[in-house]
Amino acid sequence: MSAATAPLAPIETAVFRTCPATGRRIDLSAERLVKVHAVSSVVSLLVGAVAAVLLVLTRWQAVHLLPAEWFYRILGVHGMSMLIFFIIFFEMAVLIFASTALLNARQVATKTAWAAFALMLAGALVVEWMMWSGNADVLFTSYVPLRADPKFYLGVILFAVGALVTVGLFFANLVYAKREQRYQGSLPLVVYGAVTAAIIAVITLVHGAAIYIPTYLWSLGLMEVDPQIYRLIWWGLGHSSQQINVAAMVAIWYMLGALTVGSVVLNEKISRSAFVLYVLFISMASAHHLLVDPGMGPAWKIVNTSYFMYMAVLASMIHGFTVPAGMELGMRLRGFTQGMFDWLRRAPWGDPGFSALIFSVVVFGFVGGITGVTIGTEQINIIVHNTLRVPGHFHATVVSGTAMAFMGATYYLIPLIFRKKVAFWPLAKIQPYLFAGGMLIFTLSMTFAGSFGVPRRHWDISFSGAPFDVQFNPIVDVVLAVVALGGLLAATGAFAFIAIAVASVFFGEPLGTIPKGVVVAGIPQGLTQPPVHAADVDTRSRALHDASRGLMGPTPGTIALVFVFLAAFVLYFFVNWKVLSFLWRIG
Amino acid sequence: MLTDTHTGLDFPQGTWWKPAHKSEKVWVAIAFVWCMVLFAMMPLWHWKGGQNPSGIRRTTTPADFMARVTEFTNQYKVGEDRGLPIVAPPPGADVYLVAYSFQWSPILKLQKNVEYTLHLSSLDVNHGFSLYPINVNFQVVPGYDYGLRVTPNAAGDFRIICNEFCGIGHHIMVGRVMVDDAPSVASLGGVR
Repeated sequence: MSAATAPLAPIETAVFRTCPATGRRIDLSAERLVKVHAVSSVVSLLVGAVAAVLLVLTRWQAVHLLPAEWFYRILGVHGMSMLIFFIIFFEMAVLIFASTALLNARQVATKTAWAAFALMLAGALVVEWMMWSGNADVLFTSYVPLRADPKFYLGVILFAVGALVTVGLFFANLVYAKREQRYQGSLPLVVYGAVTAAIIAVITLVHGAAIYIPTYLWSLGLMEVDPQIYRLIWWGLGHSSQQINVAAMVAIWYMLGALTVGSVVLNEKISRSAFVLYVLFISMASAHHLLVDPGMGPAWKIVNTSYFMYMAVLASMIHGFTVPAGMELGMRLRGFTQGMFDWLRRAPWGDPGFSALIFSVVVFGFVGGITGVTIGTEQINIIVHNTLRVPGHFHATVVSGTAMAFMGATYYLIPLIFRKKVAFWPLAKIQPYLFAGGMLIFTLSMTFAGSFGVPRRHWDISFSGAPFDVQFNPIVDVVLAVVALGGLLAATGAFAFIAIAVASVFFGEPLGTIPKGVVVAGIPQGLTQPPVHAADVDTRSRALHDASRGLMGPTPGTIALVFVFLAAFVLYFFVNWKVLSFLWRIG
Repeated sequence: MLTDTHTGLDFPQGTWWKPAHKSEKVWVAIAFVWCMVLFAMMPLWHWKGGQNPSGIRRTTTPADFMARVTEFTNQYKVGEDRGLPIVAPPPGADVYLVAYSFQWSPILKLQKNVEYTLHLSSLDVNHGFSLYPINVNFQVVPGYDYGLRVTPNAAGDFRIICNEFCGIGHHIMVGRVMVDDAPSVASLGGVR
């Protein structure tokens, strides 16, 4: 990395330190902001993970832990704590980190940044208070006319305003970094990905304001809100916010790839164009939540979920190639050139940053991506809507993909930003395996249970007390037990992560300099043995790109892998059409 | 910059808008074609397939819809089960099913291979129509009348499970649909 070459502006208004590992200059005030956002994020994760354990133990019919009222309440807590507070606090940390540390730049308007953080924190606390006290049993989606205490909607608005201000400061940081000539050339691809996430965040938060402000007024009895319009605009927030996650996650993929195996950018044009596709098309794709709603016609549904969604799918399929191919080429340029998969075999599997990256890519792509695109199809949605297949899908994307990438990034942020060794190092090395393994079992079995028609957000599928009996196939009980076991394994992985993060940050061994070339427990391998390309990297790269290597080009291993992916995708998609065709005729 | 090769953390110098390697271009092209296949399936199924969520969509009010449900129930009522009316509409009829916390009403008695127009709406909050065990799912939104043309293709005793959270009694909200093997009704339309 040759980042430290940027010239400095003559007047220093911020206090910097030089990162001993990367040579980049880090603004201490930005560093403090990254820290508080990251800590808030991990605390939210803890709340959400405790809730998760209670939930899986309730849906496991043999245990059936919580009473109905508390099940729905804790389900709301789980959704808000994970999808909103954990993820968005972390994304704010990523935005601040990307716009300062990665650009050698300073944080502008630090007082405003702290005020924004205070707003987010206050909003989060109000929402948690309302939910735990039973004043907001409306679950994550809070569909009107189901009513919560007005303070719940107000809390969401406060949190969103705070996040919006932080996103604004991110753009300001970029402008000032350029103006103060902190770097030469273009933005790095990782920061470009963060810009994408920030733009989508603005689109999302504007939708949030457009729906939560009227809903707040409605909860006070001041105006009416149409339930269908609510669903439409709410999903402009609800699903687009997951696209912030996707963009942030892909940016982290590129970052972790560079840090762990020296991933190279195959082609800036392709990778950046794919990010642009996210910005242009992803928001309208939120329409797939309304595929079996009475409010919109087929033409509207097809236009919004096909042209628009599939251009975003294209973007993900492009990243699904360029990320592993970048890793493969990076490894080959470091001398791991044997055969098709030697680069993968010789990769640093003991580095939690790397294993988290690999699992994030694989589970997000194979499970999250394939199921998501399939169930987001107008007609197939008839056999999916509100069944367990839906949470099966999004636990593969948001949890196994985004959360896993965030965890991998944290193993690098702890030494780089908090300047501490990673605590419980042997546990840290297996944590991604625990979490990803649990999540894989959890998401696949959930998807399977949903295929039997098991509803989501449902306390008791034995239906005791219902006027008519419902007899699920006995296999469903077994599958739900597997869901619970997968969930408990994943939760164990999450608790391990939380324990590692908290112990490192608050009680960790301080880190002076990061020794090079020595294996040190508590420091990821990518920092002690930074991946270095061969000295004649350009010659090697040209040889690998030579036309004589044919269509497989410089990355034959990745080509093989993406075709396995495509085959799985095609198979799953058409099997679903076949299943659909057995149903009653509906039109 | 010393080299042409760089990672995603480096600042690309000069013009980075350069042609990609053929393998990358081919993958982008294949991915694009696949996305077009994904797209084409939806309009194609409207034309050739039998399961589409299009329906007749109107706005309504809870009072208007309930009036229609009551009228429909009184007209075709054939019995009662657990206090709920059992209604057997004639082939081709408009069938009204209402959702409210925490019940589906009435109980429907339909015939196999006959087309009906099933109107769904809610009196209070969002509900989820999930026909068990065949796994057909629709959103039921208050203020909206969703008229779906349905043709049962098998006889049996079905359940309607609410699969949208609607309050504390959500999990006991179960309705019932019976489908009888009808006398031959091939001429009445809706036959596969």
